[in-house]
Amino acid sequence: MNSAQQKKFLEAFIEIIRKTSCELPKDVTDLLKKGLGDEESGSNAKYALEIVDKNITLAKQKSQPICQDTGSILVYVHYPMRLDAEGLAKVIRKAVVTATKKGYLRQNSVDSITGKNSGTNVGPGSPALHLEPWKKDYLDVRVILKGGGCENMGVQYSLPDSRIGAGRDIAGIKKCILDAVHNAQGKGCGPGILGVAIGGDRGSSYMESKVQLLRKMTDKNPDPVLAEIEESCTEAANQLGIGPMGFGGKTTLMGIKAGALNRLPASYFVSVSYMCWAFRRQGAVLSGKGDIKKWLY
Amino acid sequence: MIRLDVPFTEEKIRSLKVGDMVEIHGTIFTGRDSVHKWLYEGNQPPVSLKDGMIYHCGPVLIKEKGKWVVKAAGPTTSIREEPYQATIIEQHQLRAVIGKGGMGEKTRQACQKHGCVYLHAIGGAAQVLAESIKEVENVYEYDRFGSPEAIWQFRVEGFPVVVTMDAHGNSLHKEVEAASAVKVKELFEQITAAKQ
Ligand code: SF4
Repeated sequence: MNSAQQKKFLEAFIEIIRKTSCELPKDVTDLLKKGLGDEESGSNAKYALEIVDKNITLAKQKSQPICQDTGSILVYVHYPMRLDAEGLAKVIRKAVVTATKKGYLRQNSVDSITGKNSGTNVGPGSPALHLEPWKKDYLDVRVILKGGGCENMGVQYSLPDSRIGAGRDIAGIKKCILDAVHNAQGKGCGPGILGVAIGGDRGSSYMESKVQLLRKMTDKNPDPVLAEIEESCTEAANQLGIGPMGFGGKTTLMGIKAGALNRLPASYFVSVSYMCWAFRRQGAVLSGKGDIKKWLY
Repeated sequence: MIRLDVPFTEEKIRSLKVGDMVEIHGTIFTGRDSVHKWLYEGNQPPVSLKDGMIYHCGPVLIKEKGKWVVKAAGPTTSIREEPYQATIIEQHQLRAVIGKGGMGEKTRQACQKHGCVYLHAIGGAAQVLAESIKEVENVYEYDRFGSPEAIWQFRVEGFPVVVTMDAHGNSLHKEVEAASAVKVKELFEQITAAKQ
């Protein structure tokens, strides 16, 4: 990558990060609006969602972070094979440093041993880059910012699980999902969205649960079994009455996105990633030269 | 909507109940992990907290033309302060704690005994909350704890919260948790039954 090209890509990545931190995607705001309509007037739940709604508008207007916890930075990129991946990774890290300086990202990356904050959001594991080459001549870039409060509500089950009476079957998977929602209560800044992975090893399973969060809230799972799990568990979770912020109410969960990986005969993991209402996810198609061609959400 | 003006009286605080929606006006102090541990260890706060409130918040501020400006100021998870909070409520005669996610048994009891409430701010609503902070009046222990952990003194207007633990021993968190536990059990039974 020559320096002119680098500059182009840098600008594009900074803009994608800015938009992710300051603007929620429409598929998510639509669900929050629906929740607002469903809750009873005068209730704590409605009050919470009204403030959330105001906050989203304000953040967009002011081009400021929706939430002060700008979270883990998850970046998923498909890029044309001829592009130099190392150069691309470098540009993305630089974009993170600049976005932090501009205040789109909080200084959020701490050395686990020394406790020292890198101040730039760059360090081992941050940002989390997932780069994959493909044969197309454009780039598909997607970013998720996932806050700590909701990440702490993530959980991995190893089936069978006798505590909740979950076996290695669909019924067992459903119990895991509902147990995770119940455990989270309002602590993950609900109403939440779940990314769920069934199978894999412990690592790939959690990873897949986050990849599921890249799907649009409005899509339908092409696998009918998974689609049924997503729909029935969302409906069941909303019967729990936990509500926004755990204040009680109808809107506990806005949706579930579930995927399945093959597993070893000996293992059966169900991994749940809880995403807060501040579901900051954006994406763009970039030309091979680094121009933003289209927003994806 | 109930309006609360700082400083509070015990009577006013005792009149609040779980589920009340409240707007705070007046001076509040931030304090998170380091401050709580430090006070718990017996250090005297640089400013009196009596009849006041502590906000679990690590704000983002920048200095513009020599003045502090709040960029984001949402609540942080309160339960981390559970080991310290009850003692601090008692020793410093706090009337309210603001945060998110609720607190545990010890704090609930301290609220009841000493006339204090837990006020739940809206997690993630960084911009709305920052807007209601009208002035940064002071900052204490900045050098000791650094910016997000320092004790910031804010003047707020219409800062929106919900009472989720009152001074009568009630906790909305406990209630919602218990009710949802019953429902989960029911749903589990339905799922198991559908399998057979
Ligand atoms: S869980 Fe989400 S909304 Fe809540 S504080 Fe963390 S990032 Fe913000």
